Amino acid sequence: MAYDKFNTLKSSAVPLPIENVDTDQIIPARFLKATERKGFGDNLFRDWRYNSDGTEKKDFVLNNPTYNGKILVGGKNFGSGSSREHAAWAVYDYGFRVVVSSFFADIFRNNCLNIGVLPVQVSAEFLDKILKAIEADPKATFEVSLPEQTITIDGSGESEPFDINVYKKANMLNGFDDIDYLLNISEEIKEFASDRPL
Amino acid sequence: MNTKKTLFDKVWDSHVVQHIENGPDVLFIDRHLVHEVTSPVAFLGLKSRGIKVLHPEKTFATADHNTPTINQHLPVADPLSANQLRMLEENSNEFGISYWGLGHEKNGIVHVVGPEYGITQPGATIVCGDSHTSTHGAFGAIAFGIGTSEVEMVLATQCIMQTKPKSMRINVEGSLGRGVTPKDVALYIISQLTTSGATGYFVEYAGQVFRDMTMEGRMTVCNLSIEMGARGGMIAPDEKTFEYVKGREFTPAGAAWDKAMAYWETLPTEEGAEFDKEITFNAADIEPMITYGTNPGMGIGISNGIPQADAVEGGVATYKKSLQYMNFSEGDSMMGKPIDFVFLGSCTNGRIEDFRLFTSLVKGRSKAPNVTAWLVPGSHQVEKAIKDEGLLAILNEAGFELREPGCSACLAMNDDKVPAGKYAVSTSNRNFEGRQGPGSRTLLASPLVAAAAAVTGKVTDPRELMELETA
Repeated sequence: MAYDKFNTLKSSAVPLPIENVDTDQIIPARFLKATERKGFGDNLFRDWRYNSDGTEKKDFVLNNPTYNGKILVGGKNFGSGSSREHAAWAVYDYGFRVVVSSFFADIFRNNCLNIGVLPVQVSAEFLDKILKAIEADPKATFEVSLPEQTITIDGSGESEPFDINVYKKANMLNGFDDIDYLLNISEEIKEFASDRPL
Repeated sequence: MNTKKTLFDKVWDSHVVQHIENGPDVLFIDRHLVHEVTSPVAFLGLKSRGIKVLHPEKTFATADHNTPTINQHLPVADPLSANQLRMLEENSNEFGISYWGLGHEKNGIVHVVGPEYGITQPGATIVCGDSHTSTHGAFGAIAFGIGTSEVEMVLATQCIMQTKPKSMRINVEGSLGRGVTPKDVALYIISQLTTSGATGYFVEYAGQVFRDMTMEGRMTVCNLSIEMGARGGMIAPDEKTFEYVKGREFTPAGAAWDKAMAYWETLPTEEGAEFDKEITFNAADIEPMITYGTNPGMGIGISNGIPQADAVEGGVATYKKSLQYMNFSEGDSMMGKPIDFVFLGSCTNGRIEDFRLFTSLVKGRSKAPNVTAWLVPGSHQVEKAIKDEGLLAILNEAGFELREPGCSACLAMNDDKVPAGKYAVSTSNRNFEGRQGPGSRTLLASPLVAAAAAVTGKVTDPRELMELETA
């Protein structure tokens, strides 16, 4: 389905400086039983966020009112493991539009791009600067510009560029998805398929 | 410029419908495998766009993630699971896809039944909304896991948009020692590369160890490619591959077989072809492996101690958090640690060869009284072979029972959940926090290590229990 356009976002950020955050933590398998894309934000980081009796774990960052915003800042190798797009849905449904990390797992990155969450990969040094800025002031804001492909720490003005391929960038700026593109080249696909042995 | 091509290049390049400059390739998909968990929203998308499945004959659906592993003849008790299974059946019927649901003789784990029925073939592109789709690379196919938006994409257009990954060749030379299985080879490689060491790459496994390996073993290795971050892993097709594929239901026959063979034989990487990265390991360095932490890269040879935090790559805080979850300490020996559950199964180790290995070690011994063991075949075909080969009788004699096929405790979407705080020696693929049930603690290992744990009730080196003549 087509999704929201993304251009520029200015927001405070939520820090989660843990490495290798896997998609089982982002959304545990027992919450994958829905048949519609609804309500996954409620179970984002379920087992880090809630005790087994459903009460909140006070020390988890999503339960700390000091931190909020539309940017989630994770540690290295964010989104490893299962291909479940539900993890990206949960991140989106909770209200995040950008995930920042020094390294993303491939499938999670693709899933984010396919639903309109922007994965912003920065250097380990810049990630550290972002985390320090949040530590110094939880209300610190950051500007993520997709046209410019930059993320800026507003307080210090420090900025770093990030990569995204030209095609995906255009899709996100316009809110197009891959199926729109593929349906437009259906004749070419049909011709290719007619020649396949399998 | 080097004109020699790799196996990966040959298969990828021959499936590119269109190349977008500075963007992804439009890649044609030969086989699309579908299961109940990652497909419902994709089918909803098709309905809202008012489009059909473009190639239902290239699409195969099975139920596995959610299914119970006992009393499969009864209605599924969990209403949410039952609903998801019903949705897949209805969607398959509506869109004309073959559906192997619960109770169907061909039902089983998607990555086990694909090869069993010849859906998996060399030189093919295969996708599924499941990261362990990499399994099918054992046949020299490009196979990788995708998200639900991409499932919808493939249902609608039989194509996917992907940027071509970089290539990596991992060679393991020499011969494996006694008690060292394909699972140990994979866990060893992951422990060396870390859980993100191959992110951005597609891997080819080469060298003596993989040439010597059975197709089942190759599937185990390729299955675990994703656990070092690789999108997929593949092994050049050879006589073993062709022998395995021949005569299966969806395999080409007659003149079509000859034509397919002529193509498949051209696939292996050419001498002199270059990879973006190449690594070589020595088989003699690999011993039976076990994991001690909360990602598959946290594995060690079973006779070693848990590494000190400052000796591992990555952040100390994350490492300590992981050990705290496991309730282990730096420097601990894994041997002798008491365990509570043993799980034999999954798309990693749920094939007949895995049950043969497990049975060979428990034969003439008894299940430890403190252990709950779940033995879950990957498919009905595996289940039948276990019975036909006489393995079931041996397992029963040793106090083990066999359950019905499915993904089961690998991801604990059904009732096969390890309770909080309990330890499971598991032949599956992930030891993430809570993977086998909230609060569960998973030790990944081979079927032999699982068998040794099952009869001793603690982490045990299987070589201590193996007879010398089985070397």
